[in-house]
Order: sequence, then C-alpha cells, then structure tokens
Amino acid sequence: MIRKTAAQMADALAKGETTSVELTQAHLDRITAVDGQVKAFLHVDAEGALAQAKSVDTRRKSGEKLSPLAGIPLALKDVLAQKGVPTTAGSKILEGWCPPYDSTVVSKLKDAGVVIMGKTNMDEFAMGSSTENSGYGPTFNPWDLTRTPGGSSGGSAAAVSSFEAPLAIGSDTGGSIRQPAALTGIVGVRPTYGAVSRFGLIAYSSSLDQAGPFGRTVLDTALLHEVMAGHDPKDATSINAPVPAVVAAAKSGDVKGMKIGVIKQLQGEGYQKGVQARFDESLKELASLGAEIVEVDCPSFEYALAAYYLIAPSECSSNLARFDAMRYGLRTGDVNGASAEAVMSATRDAGFGREVKRRIILGTYALSSGYYDAYYGSAQKIRTLIIQDYAKAFTKADVLVSPTAPTTAYKIGEKVDDPMAMYLGDVATIPVNLAGICGMSLPAGLAEEDNLPVGFQIMAPAMQDHRLYQAGAALEAALLSKWGAPILDKAPALGGSK
Amino acid sequence: MALPTYEEVIAKWDPVLGLEVHVELNTHSKMFCSCATEFGAEPNTQTCPVCLALPGALPVVNEKAIESTILIGLALNCKIAPYSRFARKNYFYPDMPKNFQISQYDEPICFDGFVDVEIETEEGTKQFRIEIERVHMEEDTGKSLHVGGATGRIHGADYSLLDYNRAGIPLVEIVTKIVPGTGKYAPEVAKSYVAELRDILRGLKVSDVKMEQGSLRCDANVSLKPIGSDVLGTRSETKNVNSLRSVERAIRGEMIRHAELLNDGKKVKQETRHFQEDTGLTRSGRSKEQAEDYRYFPDPDLVPVTPAAAWIEELRATLPERPSLRRKRIKEEWNVPDKEMEAMINADVLDIVEETVLLGADPTKARTWWLGEISRIANDKNVGVADLAITPADVAELVALVAAGELTDKLARQVVEGVIAGEGKPSEVVAKRGIKVVNDDGALMAAIEKVCAEQAETAEKVRGGHLPAAGALIGAVMKETKGQADAARVRELLLGHLGVS
Amino acid sequence: MSSLSRDEVAKLAGLARIEMTEEELVNLSSQFGMILDAVARVQEVDLTGVKATSHPQPLENVARPDVVLPSLSPQDALSGAPAQEESRFRVPQILGEAE
Repeated sequence: MIRKTAAQMADALAKGETTSVELTQAHLDRITAVDGQVKAFLHVDAEGALAQAKSVDTRRKSGEKLSPLAGIPLALKDVLAQKGVPTTAGSKILEGWCPPYDSTVVSKLKDAGVVIMGKTNMDEFAMGSSTENSGYGPTFNPWDLTRTPGGSSGGSAAAVSSFEAPLAIGSDTGGSIRQPAALTGIVGVRPTYGAVSRFGLIAYSSSLDQAGPFGRTVLDTALLHEVMAGHDPKDATSINAPVPAVVAAAKSGDVKGMKIGVIKQLQGEGYQKGVQARFDESLKELASLGAEIVEVDCPSFEYALAAYYLIAPSECSSNLARFDAMRYGLRTGDVNGASAEAVMSATRDAGFGREVKRRIILGTYALSSGYYDAYYGSAQKIRTLIIQDYAKAFTKADVLVSPTAPTTAYKIGEKVDDPMAMYLGDVATIPVNLAGICGMSLPAGLAEEDNLPVGFQIMAPAMQDHRLYQAGAALEAALLSKWGAPILDKAPALGGSK
Repeated sequence: MALPTYEEVIAKWDPVLGLEVHVELNTHSKMFCSCATEFGAEPNTQTCPVCLALPGALPVVNEKAIESTILIGLALNCKIAPYSRFARKNYFYPDMPKNFQISQYDEPICFDGFVDVEIETEEGTKQFRIEIERVHMEEDTGKSLHVGGATGRIHGADYSLLDYNRAGIPLVEIVTKIVPGTGKYAPEVAKSYVAELRDILRGLKVSDVKMEQGSLRCDANVSLKPIGSDVLGTRSETKNVNSLRSVERAIRGEMIRHAELLNDGKKVKQETRHFQEDTGLTRSGRSKEQAEDYRYFPDPDLVPVTPAAAWIEELRATLPERPSLRRKRIKEEWNVPDKEMEAMINADVLDIVEETVLLGADPTKARTWWLGEISRIANDKNVGVADLAITPADVAELVALVAAGELTDKLARQVVEGVIAGEGKPSEVVAKRGIKVVNDDGALMAAIEKVCAEQAETAEKVRGGHLPAAGALIGAVMKETKGQADAARVRELLLGHLGVS
Repeated sequence: MSSLSRDEVAKLAGLARIEMTEEELVNLSSQFGMILDAVARVQEVDLTGVKATSHPQPLENVARPDVVLPSLSPQDALSGAPAQEESRFRVPQILGEAE
C-alpha cells in the first residue's frame, strides 16, 4: 500500500478499499521501521494524524464530498507553523516552541483533509543544501545512508523517497525543494513566488522563499500543488489570481510543438558526467515526443550565485533578529544581573548554528552603511538582469531546462567545512528564485558512476506553473516506459524490508 | 559660572530648530495586523502572531493608515509620492518584537510641505513658515514596565515587563526641515507649530492627538550658532516632550544649556536627551557604545504604495478648512471679541460650539453655555467638556427651549445638570424633573397681588406712572415663583394690574 | 582578495547581537575573505542604469481594510514566553536609553 502513488491511494480511499486510518497507520509503521536510519522526521504527531484520519473517514462515510487528497498522509517541513505542534525550523533556538496559530498552508491542508503526520528535518532556518546544518543532526539519503539527501528540505525529500510519506511539503529559497528532490529520485516543485502563501512559513529570505510540494510522481505533486496554492490576504506578496490548472496539465502531459530551451550557462563544465548524460538523454526523449529543443543564452546567470549569497543573507539577518529570547524560544545566560542585551547575545550564540551565524554576519555586512550599494544594491541589480535574461529566453521557449544539481548526492561531512563548495551546488536552481518564477525537478535516471539519482529541472514563467507539469508528465511517462518501473524501485531496501 | 539668562542667550546666539512629531493614528486596527488599538486595554490582549513577531507571521498594511497619512501630507502642503516603499530599520530593542521597525527610509509617502504659524508678540503678530521635510508611515513599539530599582525608571530596574498592545499601532512621523530665523521666539514658534499640527490633525480626524496619552509626541532638535554665522552648531535631540508647554520649556532649557556650554568654550555633545516634566530640564540618555547602523533596506514582505493621482485629488477635495483660517472666519462670522475667542481656543471648545451653532443655536448663546456653565461643571469634575455627557445637540435644544420661553436661563442651568447627570435629553430632563416656566396667569396674579400688598408704597409709585419702580416688584414676583415665571409676562400682568399698561 | 578583520567581524557580531568566542571571530574572519571574493563578483558587471529589484513580482498597493479581527488570547500570546508575570513578558533589565 505505501508504495502506491498518492493518486492511487486517493482512489482506493474513494472506492472504500482502504481507510485513511489504515493508510496513516501503515505510514506511521513505516516511519517506526525506517526513520531510525533515515532521520527524516523531527517530530511525529501520530495521535494528531490518526485523529485527523479518523475524522476524514467519518466524513467520507457520511457521504460528504471530500477534496481529492482527503485522508492522504503527508510530511511537513518543520519550517511551517502548525498550531500546537512543535515547530523549530531545524534550530535549537526554537526547541520546544509550539505555535499558537496555523500557517496558511497548514490551514489549507487541514481544510482539504490531508493528514499531517509530522514535521521533517531541515537545514537550520533552511540555510543549507544538505540538511547537515540542522540543529538536530542530519537526515540520511535513503539511496545511500552515508550520503546527504540534499537540502534544505532534506527531511521531506527523504520521507517521500523512503515511503514514509506519499507526499511532503518543502520550501525552496535557492533550490531547497528541487535539489533534494533530485538527490533522492523524486519530484519537487517550487511554485511561482507568490503562488503559495508565506504566512506561517518561518522566513529565511522573504523575497526568495516559497513553499512547494514533493511527490513520487508528477501527478501527485500537482494534486498537492493545487491544495497548497491560492491567494492569501494575509500575505501581501501573494498573487491574486486563479491557481494554474496544474492537475489537468499533469494529466495531459503533451509536449508536441512545445519549445524547450536549454540554458547554455547551466550545463557542461562543472556538471558530473552522469548528470550531464541523463540530462542529454532526457532532452532526446522530449525531442522524440515532438518538442522543439532550442538553446538560450542567459549571460547574467554567471552572477546569480553571488547575488543570491548577498540577498538571502541580507534578508535573513533582519528576519532572524526576532529570535532574541524575549517572547519565545530559547533563553540562556539569564543569570542574576544580566542585561536583556547580554541575554540576547548569549542566546543567539547558543541557539544558532555555524551556517546561520555566518549568513547573519554576511548579511549584516552587506547591508551596513558604506557597503550597501556595493553589495546588496548591486545584487538587486543583478537580479534585474537575471529577470531580463529569463524574459528574453521565454520569448524563444515555452519552458527552460537544465540539470537540477551539478552532482548527485555527496557524502555526509564532505562539504561541511567548505561553504563555497556547498554553495556551488545551488548554481542551477538559484536563478529561478531570484526571478520569482517556477521550477520543477523530476528524476532523469541514475548516474552510471555512482548509481545515484539525477534530477532534470524544468523552469516556466511566473504563474505558468502548469507548463512544468505538462512537460514533466510527458518526460516522466517516456522515461517510465523506457525503464519499465519507477526509479525508486532501484533504491536499496531500508530496515530490512521494502 | 552661573547659568546665562534667556536674554543673555538670545543676545549672543541664534537658535536653529528641527522638530520630529510622531502621531498615533486612530485607526480601528493596527498598522500591519488586525488587532484592536484601544488605549488602556489589559496587557497583551491586543496582540497576534504579526505584532508579536512570531516566527512565520507577515505584515499587511492597513489601507486606512495610508489614506490618513496622505491626508496629513496634503493638509501640510506636501507632495505625495507616486511611488513609495516601506523599509526595515534594524536595531535590537525588547519593546520592538521583530527587532526591526517597519518604517520608510528614502522613499517617504509625503515630502516637501510647509505649515505657517502665527505668534503674538509685543511687536505684533508674526508669521513663520515651518518647512516640512517628510511625512512617513511607521509602527509604534510595545510598552515596558520597569520593576525594581528606586524610581521605577529603566536605570537600576531588576527586570522589565512587556506589554505589546501598543506594538504595531500606526504612527506617522512628521519631520521639519531645519527651522532657522526664529530668534528669541524659537520656543514659542515650536509650541505654536505643534499646536497648529495638533489642530490640523484633529480637524482631519485621523488621530486623538492626546499628548498626555502619547498619541502625539514631539522630539525637539536644538542647536545654537553665533548670531550672523552660517555654520550650524551641534544639535541635541530632546525626547519625551509630552505637552505643548513642555515643548516651549524644553527648547528654552536646551538653548540655555547649550549657551552655557558654548560660553564656557565647551562643546555640545550630539546626543539624545530626555525631558523631565518636573524640573523642566533635560537629562542625558545612556550613551551608546557605538553609533547605530540601522541597515535600512526595502521590506520584502510589503509591496510599493503607488497612490493613483485621481485618488489623491479625491482626498484633497475632502480636506477641512485650515484651523487658523477657520478661527479667523469664525471670529468674523460670529463677531466674537478677541478675549472670548482666545477663551474658546484655550478651553478647546471651538469645535463643539461650532457644531452647536450648525445645529441652529445662536453663536453667542452657544458659546456662553459651553464656556460658562458647562466648562464650570467640567472644571469641578476635573474633566474636559468633551468628556461630559452633554452634546452639541443637547445645547442647541436648550438654547431653543429658552428662546421659545419654555425655560428661563436659571431653569436651563438645572436642565444642564440633569443632562450631564445622565437623565436624558433636555426635553426629557424638563419632563422628568417637572421643570416648567410658570405661565398660569392665575398663580401669577396671586403672586402679584401678594407682592403689591407687601410693597404698597412701590406699587403706588408705579401706579403713579413711575415705571422704573416696577423692576423691584417684578423681581419680587420672580422670587415668589422661584424663577419659574416668564419675566416678560409678569411685567405685562403687573402693569395691567396697576392700570398703567 | 577581500578580507574582513577580526575586529570588523566583532563589530558585525555586536550589531547582530551574537556573542562570539575569540575562536569563532578568528574563524569567521578567515572564511570571509573567500566568501566576500565570491559575492563581490556582483561588482564585475556594469550596472549603470539598471534598476534594483527588491520584489520578484511587480505587485503594488496591497492593503487590507481597517477591520479589527480577534487577537490571540493573552494565554496564547504568552504561551512561548521564557518568563512571564502579570500577563506580561518578563525580560531581563534593559540597558537601552529609551524610557
């Protein structure tokens, strides 16, 4: 049962072949069996999940018309506030904090009857690409437990790829959904900025953050996308427009006549051999389905990484100022006579991890008087150039494509002491965030040199998210018929069973 | 060396002012969230994830606050920016939950305006133009209560207790350009400016403008330069100035303090000072270890404000008359003597009197009621006239009742008491208390006959044609009827009775 | 080669209210040269006449009506407080200058 797709599970629930309680229990059992190895979850809310499942079952029995994903279990990245459930953003500074409110995404999930099983591990405050920066220890890649699942939404990606959950939610500030999806062989989408409400999403970089869905298939991902997205008056940057028809697009999966642009700057040098090979093969598949492949030039992308590592730290230095030991979260150093100022500093020292501090200091520097124009100001202008590059490219192509990440999953510990090497892993995903557009990663096969999954990235203009699903579903179907079985069937067994 | 006198200061030094006024808007909800803004609510009952800065919460701006700020800008003759943004001002302080204040930096919503103020001097009326640099939107902080220590002040407190009800209340900051050339009138000009602002804001109905409750706060920048010099001196910024009188006192005090330092060849320190209401002096704030670097940047959670030109014009069309012009007009239209006009302004009853007049009351009568009897009761109760349970409509009704002869002035005073005591509208009080002018001729005639018998000599004089003597008899009759009679009717009946009609 | 001295890092840490050990200051200072070199690449491009983008979507004038909605209960508001007293957040003595 747990190896089915969410769409199949929903079908079984609708037909009365199973109940949400059974389905949820099966996943909770799977978590018990394998999460000791994977460490995808920071908190499992078995009681809450079963109660929610039971309520959906009751409503279904009474003949109520339910949302398509009602009763389907889900893993939630710990960056989203859920009322009464510990929410830490992977940081020690929030250990034990239970929000008194629900994020809009959580409200929407609850309204749709989706069963939230628990909160997944992540790089602290979503700063990182390997989940090693979590204050609570790393998550392990189900494909190879000595490797990282990517990040920052590594817990969510690992939960879905290890069949602990059929669906998960992540957030993507510089690639934090797409890169872990790529590294764990699943589908992940970063929707258009403003498509999914950020209300209740603990901010890392406000102008780049966006929550999005993970699934094992393009259709599952679309089903969750449709539940999450939509205008929210509580988020001033939320787009007031109908949600693109992503489910319909995932079901159609037709690329005939579609123009697909290959970004010159996001391939070749620096990309692992097997990554490039799977990417090239995927392009051929798309071409054989009737898509027209063109090459596009985005010269400013060369500076995207630099711009990102100024904008995100600048915004985070301000966003994370609220963690000050006064109103919630950790408080240390409150010895007799200590000042509020001293307690703030001691708490922020003790509560924040190395990477978070590094980025706060970098952002503080980039915004400080005398440096603003040279750093933050210039980065915002590079951002304009990147938006212009995309605009030009989208006049030549309906969607743009690249490998999602330059490499497959790397060993835990391999890059922790080399921040620049870690940052380079985001080179292909960051431009989407800077431009506020949407992107998807879906599995393109395994790299021959290490037998690890490779991600294929599709990008579309703002609020054209359905194009991702249309192209993604077509490629997914073509690859599935070529492979004969879903890619996750090739992953090693965990906890002694599949 | 002794403190220089004010006369000595102005003989040598030329003051330059800069005034920053913070106004709390009277919107129903906060600037960036939907919490209520009521003053004096129980602690932390008007807070939510947004104004407590809980992780994940996001601000959404209050449209009424934008409208009010534009109105303020227009009333201060400002230009309204077609494009303005919110910026984050980053600094840590426990009363500010996000540890940044959402404000506006280099793109304020209103800029380049002016306010003209007039002051009365021994050289006659003088006018000063105060130029406005900018008007921008921001949010208020929470309130801290300092526990322990000797004085309840921040210094020496053991710990503090924070109430975030005020955090996020919309604030508008009005910043002047530097104000030169006010000379010896500087303190008075500053006071008049703040008073004029207060009147303008009250007229716009965008703020309660209660300095004592902190909904209007003034920071005064003062520096001195030698008379004739073009080089600005070092300024001090005095905060905590909580009344119009304090504005004047604080500036005068700072001018003297600066002059004393400068006369001694010392330097004025650029610093923040706190005004002490009790002594009228300022006290240095704790000096910071290093200059603040606020690291302003555009708030990514809020989008630009780009008010349409048509909307701005619509708002401009709704601007009320400027308070100073209105005062001139009222003075002429109602023919109010200078002293009375001043009394009305000082007693803060101009609005209420005008409302009463607009409801049909005679201006002089309306003014007399509000300034006289009603103000007296308000003084006794130690409240403002506006806080009494009597409305312009009540006073208008009262004036009408007197004019119709249904009440005498004396009876009307009893009715005022009744209205203020919550007994209802004047007509209701009249009914409940059974107050009425005696116009039963039979009862009056009885009284007249009684009085004429008692004062037969006087009655005889009147009968003989000496009409002025009738006054004493009428007075006695009024007394006899406890003031409930209509004096004119008494006169008529009396003269008839004595055969001299 | 960019660099950031130990003292500059200490000043930034002060602004950011993060207490740092001597070792942390020195470490960060040594890492910053490389990081600053990488991010300083934004200065290689001729950016004359290029407008800055602060918001990825060109939204304007998003506001809400001036309507009061229920607040949190004080219990919920204070539920995460490290210390509280009389329905207020209790915090250590404040060394600031405001009164």
